[in-house]
Amino acid sequence: MNGIHDMGGMHGMGPIEREKNEPVFHERWESRIFALRRAMRPWPKFNGKSNRYHVELIPPEEQLRLSYYARFVVAFSELLVEGGFLTAEEILKGKPAQRSPKAVPLLKAEQVPDFVAKGAPSRRNVDVAPLFKVGQAVRGRNINPLGHTRLPRYARGRVGTVDRDHGVFIFPDTNVAGLGEKPQHVYAVRFGARELWGEQASPRDSVYIDMWDDYLEPA
Amino acid sequence: MDSTRRGFLATTGAVVAQDLAKAQDHDHNHQVVPSDPALRVKSLESLLVDKGLVDRAALDALVDTYEHKIGPRNGARVVAKAWTDPAYKQRLLTNATSAIAELGYTGDQGEDMVVLENTSRVHNLVVCTLCSCYPWPVLGLPPVWYKSAPYRSRSVIDPRGVLREFGLELAEDVEVRVWDSTAEVRYLVLPERPAGSETLSEEALAALVTRDAMIGVAKVTLAETGKRA
Repeated sequence: MNGIHDMGGMHGMGPIEREKNEPVFHERWESRIFALRRAMRPWPKFNGKSNRYHVELIPPEEQLRLSYYARFVVAFSELLVEGGFLTAEEILKGKPAQRSPKAVPLLKAEQVPDFVAKGAPSRRNVDVAPLFKVGQAVRGRNINPLGHTRLPRYARGRVGTVDRDHGVFIFPDTNVAGLGEKPQHVYAVRFGARELWGEQASPRDSVYIDMWDDYLEPA
Repeated sequence: MDSTRRGFLATTGAVVAQDLAKAQDHDHNHQVVPSDPALRVKSLESLLVDKGLVDRAALDALVDTYEHKIGPRNGARVVAKAWTDPAYKQRLLTNATSAIAELGYTGDQGEDMVVLENTSRVHNLVVCTLCSCYPWPVLGLPPVWYKSAPYRSRSVIDPRGVLREFGLELAEDVEVRVWDSTAEVRYLVLPERPAGSETLSEEALAALVTRDAMIGVAKVTLAETGKRA
């Protein structure tokens, strides 16, 4: 969706504020929401890959006001209801419904090191032919899907060159929409800074964007 | 129109979002949040623990992992090894995921890695304009500025201006490459080894390497040694 999260090239966001000796988490609740989301991942009905989409759906003025972890709280609540783990009423009241079933956690403390080290790969070892080849001129498709997409607006309609083929990955646009993984090639595509931003940009500079087959057409 | 927008978001999320935004309204710093999210998260944790969906000890272990075990020192070890071992550097540049795994760093948000080499002619800089994607196994969790709107919006359109803000002025003839990590590949910058570091051990070199240099917003300098000492 053409949301406020798609920020590449925007002006007016202010200076970059850095903090000296920044802690990993600023408040205890930030660390808890971070851990809760990961601990829910083993549940098949917990659709963690939709987390970003739920963040994108937060109305823009609130998205900008909320901190990174506060946006997590919103998206996580949404995913819990969507997966049938909690009802909206339980979340808003903070109390479990009477006689709710008791499960056994899927992630135990002793499993955490392996769980973290294994990750959740999006690469798929399936044989899918690439639609483009390294060195080929390509154009970012001019599409404006309402759902989740990783095609930034600033790349649409712009011409670049395939720099490298990363291999085959799940396609988030369909995966998040519940339409399947649709595995396909992802390429790092090089766009000249002037192609993206015009004469104000340096002729030497460039931006590399990782793009799935479905985001590209031959130029 | 407002109701149409809210229609996209199911009730719970909308209520929670408004609630949290209201709480944050009183604060000028977007990243500092007052008490309400703390209560909200506490309540979510109790609900999920009560229902047997999550184990509190597992939550503690996850937090401990990212607070104490995974962080930029991992990436610094990768960089120092690449500076001192040409064969390793070659492996790192051709298959970063497995070369990084040789040092034991794998997993969440680093399942597929690419390493970009900075030289006197080419300067690489990493951003995620859509989200805040970041190579956790080698750098830990990202700092607030990396996740912030100013960095995400401006890095792609004005990388030299952004670098200047970080105190790094690049010569006109240096090529700047910005990597917008919008997909599932995560990037680590291999900074240039500083001049005058020839006699330093791998360990001493690792102590010079900063998180910022591995994102590409800084260079590695010998001056860091003094600061750390």
